[in-house]
Amino acid sequence: MQSSSVAGTPGAPHVPHVAAHFASREVQDHAARLGMWLFLATEILLFAGLFVCYANYRFAFPDAFAAASRELDLTMGTINTLVLITSSFTAAMAVHYAKEGQNKQVVWMFVLTILMALGFLVIKYFEYSHKFHVHQLPGPYYAYDKIQLPGVSMYFTIYFLSTGLHAFHVIIGMIVLGWVTLKAMRNEFNHSNYTAVELGSMYWHLVDLVWIFLFPMLYLI
Amino acid sequence: MSPSSSIAAEPGAVPAPDEHHEHHPSYLVDGTTVKSWLLTLDHKRIGVMYLIWVLLFFLIGGIYALIVRLELLTPGPTIIDAMTYNRAFTMHGVVMIFLFMIPAIPGAFGNFMLPLMLGAKDVAFPKLNLMSLYLLLSGAVIAIWGMINGGMDTGWTFYTPYSTHTTTTVAPILFGAFIIGFSSIATGLNFIVTTHTMRAPGITWFKMPLFVWAMYATACIQVLATPVLGLVLLLVVGENIFHFGIFDPARGGDPVLFQHLFWFYSHPAVYIMVLPAFGVMSEVVATYSRKNIFGYRAVAFSSLGIAFVGFFAWGHHMFVSGQSTFNAGVFAVLTMLVGVFTAIKVFNWVGTVYKGAVDFKTPFAYFCGFLYFTVFGGMTGVAFATASLDVPWHDTYFVVAHFHFIMVGATIMAFMAALHYWFPKMFGKTYHEGWGLVSAALIILGFNATFIPQFLLGNAGMPRRYYEYPERFQTLNVASTAGASLLAFGFIIAAVYLTYALVYGERASANPWHSRGYEWLTESPPPTHNFVGPQPTYTEEPHFYVEPEKAEVPDAV
Ligand code: HEM
Ligand SMILES: [Cu+2]
Repeated sequence: MQSSSVAGTPGAPHVPHVAAHFASREVQDHAARLGMWLFLATEILLFAGLFVCYANYRFAFPDAFAAASRELDLTMGTINTLVLITSSFTAAMAVHYAKEGQNKQVVWMFVLTILMALGFLVIKYFEYSHKFHVHQLPGPYYAYDKIQLPGVSMYFTIYFLSTGLHAFHVIIGMIVLGWVTLKAMRNEFNHSNYTAVELGSMYWHLVDLVWIFLFPMLYLI
Repeated sequence: MSPSSSIAAEPGAVPAPDEHHEHHPSYLVDGTTVKSWLLTLDHKRIGVMYLIWVLLFFLIGGIYALIVRLELLTPGPTIIDAMTYNRAFTMHGVVMIFLFMIPAIPGAFGNFMLPLMLGAKDVAFPKLNLMSLYLLLSGAVIAIWGMINGGMDTGWTFYTPYSTHTTTTVAPILFGAFIIGFSSIATGLNFIVTTHTMRAPGITWFKMPLFVWAMYATACIQVLATPVLGLVLLLVVGENIFHFGIFDPARGGDPVLFQHLFWFYSHPAVYIMVLPAFGVMSEVVATYSRKNIFGYRAVAFSSLGIAFVGFFAWGHHMFVSGQSTFNAGVFAVLTMLVGVFTAIKVFNWVGTVYKGAVDFKTPFAYFCGFLYFTVFGGMTGVAFATASLDVPWHDTYFVVAHFHFIMVGATIMAFMAALHYWFPKMFGKTYHEGWGLVSAALIILGFNATFIPQFLLGNAGMPRRYYEYPERFQTLNVASTAGASLLAFGFIIAAVYLTYALVYGERASANPWHSRGYEWLTESPPPTHNFVGPQPTYTEEPHFYVEPEKAEVPDAV
């Protein structure tokens, strides 16, 4: 049930597959891309619910939210933003190299991306542990005596929920990219077969994009 | 119907392995091991498995319904205590909504028919398709585990702050619903991509069967609304376990925010349930009137219209939540717009039947019931959308009767119509027409007998979700319970003769209804890759009857 009609790199062990129910490679790739776009839309909607909660409570407790957001570590947040933007760039480079069939470069780019993702999580870990230490925690666990405004625990609830959900996506993204990296190590990609790289890095861009919204929302305003 | 030549009529197609075989087994017998079913990637087998499961869930939900109805037979305690009653109606709602109504038509008939109607060999992502079935089942297992270990007493709407404080097992049931939501998203995503990429040459957007249009519109809602529900369910689970306070007024949270997020999904979700029903009926009405659907484009676009305005109508569930008069007015108008789009469909269906050569078979009987429930239930919906009328009716049995008429009535009619209409295609067997009509009549009558008394009860002020009620409501409650028994009886008859037909039924021809829907262009039951021989050519619209024709047209295949 597999076709090998598309010219692959000579000697490359792998030939692109066309599943039996697709008319052609083009259709199959188109379907994969469209599916990924829809999936990313659902991910954005998932976060959108949290944004709505944020907007609602920021409106209800403006002072508490302003005070609480000054408690976040702006330096760490900024570093993390830069790390993610850079990792998005390396992920994009991976697609570029995959199109040229330079699988080695693809591997490098994704390894860099994954390392940066790891770096992001490490920084996040330090941020979290500080918050735990001073009891800037969600809901009933909030016990930070310097700020005692009504609604301030709500800020930390939303902070932990949204950054936690985002961190979960970072981990999923690392797994996805790791899997694509393995494929690149097996020399699978070439100018006509790079959809997996494209989809993987699309997912990574989403993770980046969500952070681009979370960062100003939580740290800046 | 000679099994010859190749499947590979499309450009660039890949020779399928079974091209070299002389014999093309139907999908039902192509592999008979349990594994060949459980791990199949064939959309038809997945559809059949969905069908089996949703029927089982329907049975579970139905048993809960009968318990609830029996309890309400007398004003005081009848068979169960108050807490059990609360759990029973909650479980009835949860099972029926999340495990039956939402997955039923898309899962069973959408999966089976969509590729056939598009001239495709399968859906775009067969593995995702199988995964969505198993997601549904794992969600169901988790939820049912929760039901057995304590149950939940919040009602299927999970309103906070009660749901974050009750000591019943909210978490596993909501988590189950969360996973079921993913299944719904996966199905929707798959259908959208399939519709975009898998249409056979000749099937343009405006030559797609209307069932495909309806599934497409449904899929858009599934993809756009369900993630929000997923999030809000997770938040409630978190609240219930950790008491974060997002929806808890005691901690500064806002329970009305829950309602906004919940109904942002759950109002569109009623169209996830009812749009597939509209789609089924558009096929059925054309086939049995032997006329092409009147106003094809209007019907197609009104599905998209319903899907669209459905997103802006959620506020009508919150007329009594302290909403401003202005908001209530806006939501009232937007809600009524849904009625306009539905009316477009109703007029077109009626226009299709008008001067058609009606072949009054079982699915057509369900079509008649469907039209009635849609119009009647829809009118009560328009009445509800009038904010001033909603206030006295809110949370009374009038609501219960309304949503059973429109959602349940219309959807069950369509589900039963689909089951009968496509039964020969799916299983290659015919059932007994006379029994089909008898059970359809009983079900339609039973429905009326169950829910018309509930309209009257609600109007007289009997609240929903109450365990006891004043003496004066008893007559109507007894009538409603009697109706429910009649309804159950109708379903039992259908179960019996359909099961009998599966085993002993006569072999069906490829196109027993002489329909001109695309899905009839292959054998019954279809072979594994859907079509034998060269792919059918699609030069005419689906259901292209030149003039109303009697049933003597030869088989299309
Ligand atoms: C088959 C016969 C059915 C009967 C006799 C029946 C009966 C009832 C009754 C008596 C209630 C009111 C419970 C109360 O508020 O105290 C109810 C509620 C409800 N039913 Fe049904 N029902 C049936 C089918 C269905 C189906 C197929 C669905 C699928 C959507 C459904 C969905 C609901 C929902 C969502 C509620 C609201 C539950 C709540 O208030 O929390 N019902 N039903
Ligand atoms: Cu609604």
